[in-house]
Order: sequence, then structure tokens, then C-alpha cells
Amino acid sequence: MTYRSTAYRIFTYCNNTFIVLLALLCLLPLIHVLAVSFSGRAAADANLVTFWPIDFTLEGYRMTLGNGSFVGSILISIQRVVLGTGVSMALILLSAYALSKESAQFRGRNAWAWFFVFTMLFNGGLVPTYILVRNVGLMDSIWALVLPNAVNVFNMILMLNFFRTSVPKSLEEAAFMDGAGHFRTLLSIYLPISLPSLATISLFTIVFHWNSWFDGLIYLMDKERYPLSTLLQTIVVQLDFSAITSAEDLMALSNRTVKSAQIFIATIPIVLVYPFLQRYFVKGIVVGSVKE
Amino acid sequence: MKKQWNWKRNWPLHLMLLPAAIVLAVFQYAPLGGLVMAFQDFKPWLGIRGSPWVGWMHFRDLFTFQESVQVIWNTLIISSLKMVFHLIVPFVFALLLNEVRKLLFKRTVQTIVYLPHFLSWVILGGIFIDVLSMDGGIVNRALEAVGLQPIFFLGDGDWFRFTIVATDVWKDFGFATIIFLAALAGINPSLYEAALIDGANRWQQTLSITVPSLVPIAIVVGTLSLGSILNAGFDQIFNLYNPLVYGKGDIIDTYVYRTALLSGSFSLGTAVGLFKSVISFVLIVVAYRLAYVFAGYRIF
Repeated sequence: MTYRSTAYRIFTYCNNTFIVLLALLCLLPLIHVLAVSFSGRAAADANLVTFWPIDFTLEGYRMTLGNGSFVGSILISIQRVVLGTGVSMALILLSAYALSKESAQFRGRNAWAWFFVFTMLFNGGLVPTYILVRNVGLMDSIWALVLPNAVNVFNMILMLNFFRTSVPKSLEEAAFMDGAGHFRTLLSIYLPISLPSLATISLFTIVFHWNSWFDGLIYLMDKERYPLSTLLQTIVVQLDFSAITSAEDLMALSNRTVKSAQIFIATIPIVLVYPFLQRYFVKGIVVGSVKE
Repeated sequence: MKKQWNWKRNWPLHLMLLPAAIVLAVFQYAPLGGLVMAFQDFKPWLGIRGSPWVGWMHFRDLFTFQESVQVIWNTLIISSLKMVFHLIVPFVFALLLNEVRKLLFKRTVQTIVYLPHFLSWVILGGIFIDVLSMDGGIVNRALEAVGLQPIFFLGDGDWFRFTIVATDVWKDFGFATIIFLAALAGINPSLYEAALIDGANRWQQTLSITVPSLVPIAIVVGTLSLGSILNAGFDQIFNLYNPLVYGKGDIIDTYVYRTALLSGSFSLGTAVGLFKSVISFVLIVVAYRLAYVFAGYRIF
């Protein structure tokens, strides 16, 4: 057995070490920021902290969560995630169901399919989209963050392929025999069967909305309406504090401990949904994207 | 029986498609009309109807302005480097991970390396600006500790490109291994058994069984990434760059944002965007065609 040869043992040893180092490399930047976020201000600003907090304190979190603009932006992010995911999933379910029908059964199916797929191939780009959102009067509205991305055609195709591979045709025919229409079939047959893949796509959509920041930056003039990612982008990355109104807050929010706490607070929801996400995404992606 | 699938039966299907189609019509198709701005000298107060026409002027500018030509080159250089490393690193990592026999260890490593993929560049931008800072960033502290000069990762053009490629690979190499691991799981075990009987050691097995079985999927991944060669990573660069590195780090998308939305040259921005969309369209169609011809890949 080649697995027992000395050479292979040495290889395994080196290989495992290398893999552990790589995995550590993925985690260390995050651990560092976490450590800074729990460290005293003096130690953090003097760059003494590495991977363990010095002068442990919750001051960074207390200040961040005591700041009205910050808490407000978290609420807006939550609102955005709920609205955005709800609208997206409804649209995706309906259109994926219709497009999962064979063109022999559903005349016009291919024309509809091309109408959807074309948007993946060609788009107007940033400026025309921006002008359009402005012209339809969505500026400064949460709908500007929800509607333009509401139909993710890629996710729709994942859903469609899932419908085609996992819903038994006989079940559907039986439903039709019993007099169910398309809406009834979607709700009572398709939906229950495809809950796992629905969950996967919802989680991806939730992550997408939580992470999105650029649309907030260009479509929202009023900084009080920024979702968390956008607020964070302006204060942590651009170092533009005009979204923060009072002077003491400004002082408080500009130090390293507080900044790290803010970054970490923004990652918490992702880390929370991640285990659920991971359980599904390998399967979901493989099932959805490879057509036998 | 055929009659059952006519309009009377299928109108709900059309109705189901309608809401999503309206969203696409408004937010994807309607902006295509706005592309005429690329041939105008668009002024917001005149609108698309009232702005004067200038023909191909902005496209001529695009290929003659030193700044915009540089931006196109930067885009191509950065995204080609990313393409190459996004293919090699996950490929090699999948091979190495495939040799790990302890399942728990393998799962843990996978969980850790997939995580960064889900973090946004705002979060990672904040982290990397801190970690790579000249002024006491932990990476430069480590370099100093082993006696090296500190490096201005985000302020020196060449180092900036390096940092962009490295941090992007850092973020996504784990996630990109998924597709290779899936392909590895699909290899027929009897191939290895046959090789064992022929006396092949693990290295020979890797070279003649594992690697060849991964090549088709690697071709698909590589070909499809051609379609996004003009996407050098807006989110990442926007959150990491600064005026010091515009010369070597500014890409098409960040340039469009600054010229159009910050400086108000909407028409030039539209022209650059249109140029990008047309090239990308051609590349995507070609890439999918190639992936289909060479590896039988179809998305649906």
C-alpha cells in the first residue's frame, strides 16, 4: 500500500502542516481585528496588539452600539435584507417555476428564457442605470436598494435546474389530474420539495443584501439612511465622518478599537448564517450548475 | 391531449413571469436606451432628449486620453494576473486537500478557507488597510521583526497590484476549490486500484489519474473567466485604493465611477461603460461557446 511508504508519510506530514498554515492565514487577519476590538485604546493605538486582546475592554462595542447613526444603519440593513430577500425569492420562485416547463408544453417559454438570460450577457453599465433610478424617483428610497437587483437570473437558473432535476414529473401530472392549476402546483408540490435549495438561495441573497454597499453610496443622498455596509464604507474605508453628526461621537468613533469593533459587528451576521450556508452550498452549487 | 397545453391552461405561467419581467424591463432593459448618452454631451438639466449629439467623440477620447488608456491596461493586467492565480491556487490546493485522509481535519480546513468568500470588501478593506498599514500594521511589524524594510503595500503602484491579486486570491481560493473537489469526488476509484496493481505510487497516480481528470473542469473555469476579463474587481479596488496608486491601480469600473458620478462627465462614463459591456458580451458568448465545444459545458 503506497500510503504506508516512508516518502508518503513525510509528504503527509509536510502537506498537513502546509494546509494548517494556509487555514491560519485565512483566519489571522480576522483574529487580529477581533483582538484589537477588545483591546484598550492605548495599546491598540500603539500597535501592541497581535492576536490576543491587551487591557481587555468592551469600550469599542459600547461606543459603537451607543451611537445612534450606527444602530440606525443596522436597522436599515435588516429592513433591506428582509425586503430584498422576500421580494427576490418570490420573483425567482415564480419565474423559475414557469421556465422549468419544457417548451413543448409551454409555448413561448424559450422567448421568455432569452429575455431573462440576455440580461446576464449585456447591461447598460453604471451610468445609465444610475440615471434611470434617478428618473423613476427611487433616489433616497430603500426600494432603490431592493428593486434593481431583485431578479438574479443566475439564482433563477439554479432554482430552475433544481426544479427540473428534483421534482418528479409524475407528481406534477397527478396534481394536474386532480385539477390543480399552476399556482396550486407550485405551492403544494414544488415549494415543499425544494425547501433546501430555496433555503440555500435565500441565504446567498441575505448575504448579498447584508454586504451590498455601493448602491447605498450612490442612490442615497441622506446619510442617515445608509445601511450598515455603506456607513462602514464611508467611516472605516473612506475615513469620511460626515455621516456622524455630533463632535464627541466623531472623537469616539475614530479610534482603532472602535473601528475594529464596527468591522467585527458587521461580520457577525455573516458568521452566524455561515454554518447553515455551508451545509447547503456545496451541494446546491454542484446540483444547480452541472447539467447531466 | 396536446390542446391541454395551450393558452387556456398556460396563462398563469405568463402571469408568473410578468413581475420578474417587469423588474428586468425597467432596471435592465430600459437603461440600454440610456446608452445613447455615450454619443451625446449629456447634461442632466437638458436630459437625454435635449443634450447635443457628439458622435464618436467620447470613444476617440477613450483611446487617446493617456489616463483612460492606462486604465484599460491596468484592468487587463490586474484581471489577467487574477485569472491565472485563481486557476492555479485552487487547483493545487484541491490536490493537496485531496491527500488528507482525516475527514474531520479536512472539513475544518474547508470551513475556514471558504469563510472569507462571504465577507464583503468593505469589511475586508477595513481589515487590510489596518493590517497592511505602513504605520504599525501587523504585517509590516512582522517584516521589521525579521529585519526587513517595511513595505508600502497600498501606496506603491507595483506593490498595490501585488496586494490586489494576493488579497483577492486570499479571499476566494478556498471557495474556488469546491468545484475541483467535486470533480475529484467523481473520479472512479477503480482507476486507482488498477494503478496500484500496476505498481504506481501516489505521485504517479496523481500525475496520470488525478490531474488529467481535473483538466476538463479547469478548462471550463479558465474559459468562463475570460468573459470577465474587464472586471478587475470594483468592490475590492474601490475599498483599497487611494490617489497614490491611481496610476497603476485604477481600473475601468473605478474610473467610470469617478468620471461620471463624482466629476459629472456622464457621457464619457457611459462611453467607457458601453465599451466594456460590448467587449464583455463578445467574450462571454465566445467563452461559453468554447466551454461547450471543448468540455461540453452548458449552464442550462
